[in-house]
Amino acid sequence: MARGTGKVAKSDIVTFNKKKFRFSDWFAEKVIKSVAFLSIAIVILIFVFVFREAFPIFRMDKKVAASSELMVQESYGGSDSGSTEKVADNQVGNSNKTQTPGDSPSSTLLSKTWMPVSDNPRYGMLPLFLGTLKVTLIALLFAAPLSILAAIYTSMFAKPRIREVIKPVIELLAGFPSVVIGFFALMVLASVFQNIFGYASRLNSFVGGIAMGLAAIPIIYTLTEDALTAVPKTFTEASLGLGASRRQTAFYVVLPAAVPGIFAAVVLGLGRIFGETMIALMATGNAAMISMNPFDSVRTLSATIGAEMAEVVFGDTHYNVLFLIGSLLFIFTFALNALAEFYFKNMVIRKYQSKK
Amino acid sequence: MNEIKVKVKDLSLWYGTNHALKSISMDIPEKMVTAFIGPSGCGKSTFLRTLNRMNDLIDNVTIDGEVCIDNINIYDKDIDVVNLRKKVGMIFQKSNPFAKSVYDNIAFGPRINGISQKSILDEIVERSLKQAAIWDEVKDRLFNSALSLSGGQQQRICIARSLAVNPEIILMDEPASALDPISTAKIEELIHELKKEYTIIIVTHNMQQAARTSDLTALFYMGDLIEMNRTEVIFSNPAKKQTEDYISGRFG
Ligand SMILES: Nc1ncnc2c1ncn2[C@@H]1O[C@H](COP(=O)(O)OP(=O)(O)OP(=O)(O)O)[C@@H](O)[C@H]1O
Ligand SMILES: [Mg+2]
Repeated sequence: MARGTGKVAKSDIVTFNKKKFRFSDWFAEKVIKSVAFLSIAIVILIFVFVFREAFPIFRMDKKVAASSELMVQESYGGSDSGSTEKVADNQVGNSNKTQTPGDSPSSTLLSKTWMPVSDNPRYGMLPLFLGTLKVTLIALLFAAPLSILAAIYTSMFAKPRIREVIKPVIELLAGFPSVVIGFFALMVLASVFQNIFGYASRLNSFVGGIAMGLAAIPIIYTLTEDALTAVPKTFTEASLGLGASRRQTAFYVVLPAAVPGIFAAVVLGLGRIFGETMIALMATGNAAMISMNPFDSVRTLSATIGAEMAEVVFGDTHYNVLFLIGSLLFIFTFALNALAEFYFKNMVIRKYQSKK
Repeated sequence: MNEIKVKVKDLSLWYGTNHALKSISMDIPEKMVTAFIGPSGCGKSTFLRTLNRMNDLIDNVTIDGEVCIDNINIYDKDIDVVNLRKKVGMIFQKSNPFAKSVYDNIAFGPRINGISQKSILDEIVERSLKQAAIWDEVKDRLFNSALSLSGGQQQRICIARSLAVNPEIILMDEPASALDPISTAKIEELIHELKKEYTIIIVTHNMQQAARTSDLTALFYMGDLIEMNRTEVIFSNPAKKQTEDYISGRFG
């Protein structure tokens, strides 16, 4: 008997040396791997495509002198009689332009006027940047404190019954299509705020910012709440055990420990606001102008793409510029997400892991 | 025997419908070490946590009976739980220093009590660390993260942290169960020192530890207090058969 069991054990050890090939495992691993790489490839391809379409803008300068004829040719492609007239005008404009070298498309990029469809088209992105910045700032100033405080309340102070109501209601907001929020801003918020503040243009960066804030609240709230509940319970116990009150525990122990996660939440909310198109189109008034007044209409980068891409002539400078804006949006949101993902999340991990 | 510090009268506790403590009564003397022993799940931690009302944090807990500390029932309506916990500190099984520097960990308690003057804080930090017998090991890295210390050091940081708020009673829930023998010996030595000034109540699974460190031992079983007496009596001449069986390892 003893010898028998000894033998079994021995042959078991022998089989350890030989790795057994399992087809299903191998296959599943390969599928998962290729899907992962595919998604990375898609991201890269989108970027390459968008940037490729934007790139000609930087080469156009050299061609611009010789291009008046070419542009006529191109424009004819998709034009009706209306734009033929424009092309004729354009030619006149171009002949003027060749005298002043400052008017090449890429040099107007940093000018103060966005007037892509005109005799003398100008692609100044400054008002768009400023508009985006204004709206984003207003949205963030509205959404971040509100959602962070709400998260602190539900994760640390609210009774379980109240939490079970508040949390899903806020998260429900995440499922609202932005068209609905935009419509609400357009019809309701704009009028209400006009009555309160008495501003002139009904749709403006303030209304748009608040509406976008509404869209960002569920993201910031959910991620902040996650960050707060991820703080080890032992911290809370230790603090209360030392005679700290609930408020002291929340603000001096839990909140500081969750700061990196809250930053990540805000940054991801920022990304959402930044790329938001539909609400921007519907609620900001879409006037590209340079103004610091929050109650003036603005036009954001993404709304510009949304509004103008459908009408633009394929291959035109305007078309390229829109893609340039797209590339910039892509880079910004990518950078924001990367910041949230790699920097802040690592900070969280480093914070709780004792290095041995 | 010293004066009675904690007097528990007919204390019962339910988690929902689970009757976890069944009418416990006991007297705990001042400036001595009282050990709670008993098989897993018998209610030692639950009972310990009733002594500084940590069970208030758990939903669905019902408590009946009295716990008097210095003749004041801590379950009275107008008791300030925050002040109670300053008086009754707690050390947990798993050391739980904050993700802050050693200094900030110790200074946390004094700071929430409104002490902000640097010289006073420095003094409290040094005194507490010395009392917890860890000053020599950390005095050169007071501003490093407390999480970079070893498990045993972290536990002594936690003890120092609770000493910094000047408690009168220190509750310890298996403070050495996650530590190696050397760290455990240090903690036991520390308990021996601390009992000169503080009333210490310790939960332990380690029979030798109870025998070595405590003056009194109480045995719990299934939510009942089976027997409580001077430690040498419990370990040499227990009154109940159950106690004898438990300490000789026949059940639990
Ligand atoms: N938070 C809780 N909610 C519900 N039931 C609990 C809770 N904590 C403990 N209990 C129950 O109360 C009883 C006593 O648990 P307790 O933790 O006090 O035991 P213990 O003696 O400390 O055990 P151990 O030695 O394993 O730590 C157990 O039946 C346990 O399941
Ligand atoms: Mg326990």
